[in-house]
Amino acid sequence: MAEFSTSIKENGDIRIINLKGYLDAHTAPTLENNFTELINNSKFKIIVNFEELAYISSAGLGVFMAYIENIRDNKGDIKLSNMNDKVFNIFDLLGFPLLYEIYKNEEEAIKKFSGS
Amino acid sequence: MSVRNKNRTDELRVKSKTENLSEIRDFVSANALKAGIQNATIDNIILAVDEACTNIIKHAYKLSPQGEIIIRIDYDEEKFTITIIDYGKSFEPDRVPRPDLQKYYREHKVGGLGMYLMKSLMDDVEYTTIPGKYNQVLLSKNIRSS
Repeated sequence: MAEFSTSIKENGDIRIINLKGYLDAHTAPTLENNFTELINNSKFKIIVNFEELAYISSAGLGVFMAYIENIRDNKGDIKLSNMNDKVFNIFDLLGFPLLYEIYKNEEEAIKKFSGS
Repeated sequence: MSVRNKNRTDELRVKSKTENLSEIRDFVSANALKAGIQNATIDNIILAVDEACTNIIKHAYKLSPQGEIIIRIDYDEEKFTITIIDYGKSFEPDRVPRPDLQKYYREHKVGGLGMYLMKSLMDDVEYTTIPGKYNQVLLSKNIRSS
């Protein structure tokens, strides 16, 4: 079975979700639950750190599509960071860089939230 | 010393559960390695097969876990081909343009992404349906130049 886990860090009012392992149709509900919980707790400034993510399929990409509108309606955002080339290429192929801010590292993403 | 046979076939049968996607990916990966395909291309083939099987689980079998999925791999020095068969609801994709993400965003629609990825990552994607019998998707990649 695919191994996937997430962990959430706090940085002021920002929440950082770290992804680890394989994000596919089987494991996507784990990440969906994270977003649902953050939204329920009115945490709308979210960074997703991809550093330890080995794999993503469209089922995983769909999770970001599913929550972004609600989060932006609440003056928040989902910013993405630390993607390896393989994962970035899939995001790029589908045109995600037009809709999501993607940063080299977590610190840059945090600065963007703090500056806005 | 036996003569090395470059033509290989391998087959995996799994039930239509998303938890089997990792086994499917491992099966494709092991065969692609044996075929001598470079890593970046292997990653693309694995993703394309994952997308095809995810579509079958979600749409052909509508998440019912008892459906059968057969994944057959054939390769020679020129070409790596994956044939995926299911016995669920048939699916006839029309032309698959690059998804309009802005539109998807507005409509909360993500279903077409997998199909677009398959077409982008493979050299050939062919759907065939034998009505009342089975559906087949054939994914192939030319590997000589990879």
